[in-house]
Amino acid sequence: MLQIIADGLIIGSIISLGAIGLSLTMAIVRFSNFGHGEFLGWGGYLALVALTTFTAMNEKWATPIGPFSFSWALLAALVIAAVLTGAMALALDTTLFKRLRKQGSITLVIASFGAALALRNLLLFWQGGVPQYYSQNLQIAIPLLPRSTWGGLRVTPDQLFVFTLTLMSVTALHLFLRHSTLGRSMRATSMNPNLARVAGIDPERVLRATWFIGGLLAAVAGVFAGITVQLRPTMGVEMLLPLFAAVVLGGIGSVWGAVLGGFIVGLAESASVSIVGAEYRAAAAFFVLILILLFRPNGLFGEKD
Amino acid sequence: MPDFVGWLSYGSFFLVFATAFAIIALGLNLQWGFTGLFNVGVAGFVAVGAYTSALLTTPEVAGRMGGWGWPVAVGWIAAMLTSGFAALLVGAIALRLRHDYLAITTFGIAVTIQLIANNATKLTGGPFGVQFIPKPMQAWLGTGLPWTIAYLVLALSILALSYLALERLVKSPWGRVLRAIREDEHAATSLGKRAFAYRMQSFVIGSMLMGLGGAVYAHFVGYVAPEDFLPILTFQIWAMLIVGGSGNNRGAIIGAYVVWCFWAAAGSLLRDWIPQAEQARAAALQVVLIGTLIAVMLVVRPRGISGEKVSISN
Repeated sequence: MLQIIADGLIIGSIISLGAIGLSLTMAIVRFSNFGHGEFLGWGGYLALVALTTFTAMNEKWATPIGPFSFSWALLAALVIAAVLTGAMALALDTTLFKRLRKQGSITLVIASFGAALALRNLLLFWQGGVPQYYSQNLQIAIPLLPRSTWGGLRVTPDQLFVFTLTLMSVTALHLFLRHSTLGRSMRATSMNPNLARVAGIDPERVLRATWFIGGLLAAVAGVFAGITVQLRPTMGVEMLLPLFAAVVLGGIGSVWGAVLGGFIVGLAESASVSIVGAEYRAAAAFFVLILILLFRPNGLFGEKD
Repeated sequence: MPDFVGWLSYGSFFLVFATAFAIIALGLNLQWGFTGLFNVGVAGFVAVGAYTSALLTTPEVAGRMGGWGWPVAVGWIAAMLTSGFAALLVGAIALRLRHDYLAITTFGIAVTIQLIANNATKLTGGPFGVQFIPKPMQAWLGTGLPWTIAYLVLALSILALSYLALERLVKSPWGRVLRAIREDEHAATSLGKRAFAYRMQSFVIGSMLMGLGGAVYAHFVGYVAPEDFLPILTFQIWAMLIVGGSGNNRGAIIGAYVVWCFWAAAGSLLRDWIPQAEQARAAALQVVLIGTLIAVMLVVRPRGISGEKVSISN
């Protein structure tokens, strides 16, 4: 029981980070970006490439930090991958989405579907289909509670790290949106784009910030997926349905909604593994999505249209 | 002479696939081109049709459901019914909500259908799929070129029938209401047209055509497996519709043949140019090419080869 919750919170961390960016895009750029999952995949692999480059330069950099499976080099690689993925999201907007914005949101959705396919297969072409890992070190899970208490609880240090860093990132984003000028312009544009423009907010600047932050967080999510599970070129498209479910569940445009939605979808996935078996895990997100569309289509924290 | 037979046989083989895709593209054109419904789960509805017909018409297999050996025609009708029913369920949930939600829900149903195809071994045969799907008319014509050509004629007549039926439908008052709802839902509603009901009808009929196209494909190949219905299929159909021009049934058909030709040509060029060891990776490039084609088409020529005829003055 406790173990299911703990596992759900770890998957949920990754979904949450991906869902925030998707939710912001849906609220500010105003379309469902089917390419968002690919930012996770590319982020994860860009970090792998950066990490391999670092450790080739100096083998000492591969030494794990304390109880974790990864080294300082991976953390540096994470930063680089996040910035590169943010830049990639920006580049995709400039070359494709920006030109189509006038044609309406559905054209953007089709274009994003095409971009997703191209990006995913480029990744497959570049890195091959075999799953990869950041580190070959095996981690022993620490028993936090014995089996007698609610089935026991074991977590790895890596999982604790992922969970903690997720909460820190979300808090940082929250502070940014609440207090910085750019963050406040983003919220204003999300609520009422025309009024925001009248108030002197540059919409293009807000859009650029949205893409960059979305890419940044997606890359972090991708790296976390690589640390706790593995890297696969298809991880982006596999995450897409959970991401959408989390966004709809939390209400489009709500950061905390996306986080809560991510954790709920993560818990549903991890519960489904023990109820119906691991092979139907991906359908758990669909199940959550159907429920929310049937009973509360605006999401838990969404505003009415 | 043997060369000619080889070409003819490859050509008719190629055309049967393109024709099955054209039937599916017509279904998508009704949904997207005329009604503005964004279906990202085309592959799912095609799979439902293909599997339904396969399960009903195949001989019995131990450890799997179905296998009743029914006539192929019954299988094809059943394929349309089950795909239509799947669309009814999805539509009931998503058609009342904002546009994007239909896209997300159809994406979800395609993922779920893919999971079921892969894992519900007792129903679908699991990763190995369904084999020994009967090929109609093969008892008379054997397995060679005559059969391929006969099947091509059969597929083409189904395509022609679908085309004529759809042309009648979209030119009828019913079709005008669809376009009215697509352009301005509030205006159509204020004239007493129930947008939800019309959308649902269009969505279900379109999905039925997708199921039929799937069945036509399944009975030509003789087996179906989950990997035949990956998201790439959805995307190919979308590429066909966008390249051909959505909102125009002839455009959808032309697009199907053009894009399938482009796809096959890109595939064979990559096979020739790229060394044997790298073939698996090269297959990924084929998808990148078609992804880029659709993006370029959207930017450069959003109305496609032959777009919708404007039926009112601007």
